[in-house]
Amino acid sequence: MTDLAEKAEAARFLAAFQAAGAQPVETDILQPAETLLDLYGEDIRGRAFTTFDPQRGEMMLRPDFTVPIVQMHMAGGADDGGIARYAYSGQVFRRQEDLSDRAPEYLQTGFELFGGDDPAAADAEVFALFHDLLAPLGLRIATGDTGLLMAAVAGLPVSDARRAALLRHIWRPRRFRALTERFSHRTRPRRPAPSNSPQIGLRSLAEVRARLAALNADADEPPLDPALVGLIDELLELHDAAPAVLGRLEDMAMDMPWIADAVDGLARRLDAMTARGIDVAALPFETAHGRATMEYYDGFVFSFRAPQRGDLPPVATGGRYDALTRVLGSGRAVRAVGGVIRPALTLLAAGRGASC
Amino acid sequence: MLKLGVPSKGRLMDKTFQWFGERGLAMARDGADREYAGSVDGADLQLVLLSAAEIPRDLAAGRIHLGVTGSDLVRDRLVAWDAQVEELARMGFGQADLVIAVPTFWTDVETLDDLDAAAAAFRRDHGFRMRIATKYHRLVRNHLRHHGVADYRLIDSQGATEGTVRNGTAEAVADITSSGETLRDNHLRPLADGLVHASQATLYRARNAAWTDEDRQTLQRLKKRLGLDA
Repeated sequence: MTDLAEKAEAARFLAAFQAAGAQPVETDILQPAETLLDLYGEDIRGRAFTTFDPQRGEMMLRPDFTVPIVQMHMAGGADDGGIARYAYSGQVFRRQEDLSDRAPEYLQTGFELFGGDDPAAADAEVFALFHDLLAPLGLRIATGDTGLLMAAVAGLPVSDARRAALLRHIWRPRRFRALTERFSHRTRPRRPAPSNSPQIGLRSLAEVRARLAALNADADEPPLDPALVGLIDELLELHDAAPAVLGRLEDMAMDMPWIADAVDGLARRLDAMTARGIDVAALPFETAHGRATMEYYDGFVFSFRAPQRGDLPPVATGGRYDALTRVLGSGRAVRAVGGVIRPALTLLAAGRGASC
Repeated sequence: MLKLGVPSKGRLMDKTFQWFGERGLAMARDGADREYAGSVDGADLQLVLLSAAEIPRDLAAGRIHLGVTGSDLVRDRLVAWDAQVEELARMGFGQADLVIAVPTFWTDVETLDDLDAAAAAFRRDHGFRMRIATKYHRLVRNHLRHHGVADYRLIDSQGATEGTVRNGTAEAVADITSSGETLRDNHLRPLADGLVHASQATLYRARNAAWTDEDRQTLQRLKKRLGLDA
């Protein structure tokens, strides 16, 4: 249940987002399940409430606003290269797969920025907006950049098949590590033969043969240089004040020149943040921040947490998700960055909340 | 009085009665064969005959104090199962493995790692995610998430799951097997690391039931008789 104080707090943030130039928008609570399942995979079933409409099929109670807002923007006029800013506020619904007393329904207030041709400036604008709004609460800030890891992988001297496998598991650290381990050792020569067992089901013998051929090609591929795996591990472990991390990354770009653009992007973002009055010298930066929990962000990421309340979810989170717009825009893509606040948690952090 | 839920029919009921009988607790179903009531000889226990599939829910709700059912059902149906029930005894019968199995002719798929790669290619070629038929949604989803398998979807199948691949409604299955014979008959083979859960009949205690002092004493006596007080 949302209470009056939570609603008032949400209204306050919504007004601040509008004052920052955003157009207020609303979305349906019932969302087609198929889109969310295609995007997040089967895991979303464990986190979202599913229901059924006789005509529209499976529906989910809105687990977040990002998907419907991107769809709305892409369906409208996402073409003119201009910048669009949206603000929204409303309930989201999250099923809990444990016995915690986390709320299955709460308010979320957000700001999204689409378009433009200066991602560093857009990142800084969104971050500064959240930073300034939340400053009185003394929250613990974390920032990161998934784009650095993606750039490091994109330039690795491996086959396209291996590169695609790594990029596919960017957000699944366990599987990603298993892949780098396997690619850096010579794969055990596994050459299973076709069988004459009956061909049943939709996956055809041709598909089985194609993958057998891919396995053979993979077994023939030379191992990935363990030094490069070491560099990727080091990249993922960087955690320090932003300027120190930037310095280290600039050194690493000597060994991995293909990450230079991404590192330069970080430098430009920090400059843009400074121009907005953020003290970047003290800003924590962790390359792998949010990697396992903030799927679909493919660039800058940030979160704000209540320092004494590690048991609570973050008060606010956000980041860049350019690739998502391509998936939802059927091929068309725009730059996109945004974030959300949970008003119930800002109340708690301010010592005025009743529960989470 | 302490309520003990046991499966109301079939081998699971017979084996449960036998298990308690061997430990000096004679159980019987009352009256006609179709009557769902039972009695226990010489213990202050009320026997409640229930469908094995409903016993997890009744344990969680505290409607019964104790219950016998398959550990697969408890772990699939109950959120945070071990916070809701306590395992008192694994009873050594009703063994069945929940496994992920694929068509035997998929010689390229031996492990979950292979399944993940095949699922990615399948989605690219067919435009939808690889379908895995099961009735154990939570167990299978958690297992696949833990192993980082993506690009699949679960299709609900409440029976004859092994037939779904041949019928074209799924590409793979996650189902219970004891000997593997039904899988083989349907040209399916379990993955080398596809064991999701090794299930067996288990005696559970409901943590959420109303436990009076008298109930606790009854349970202590019962555990002693069953040789569970170690």
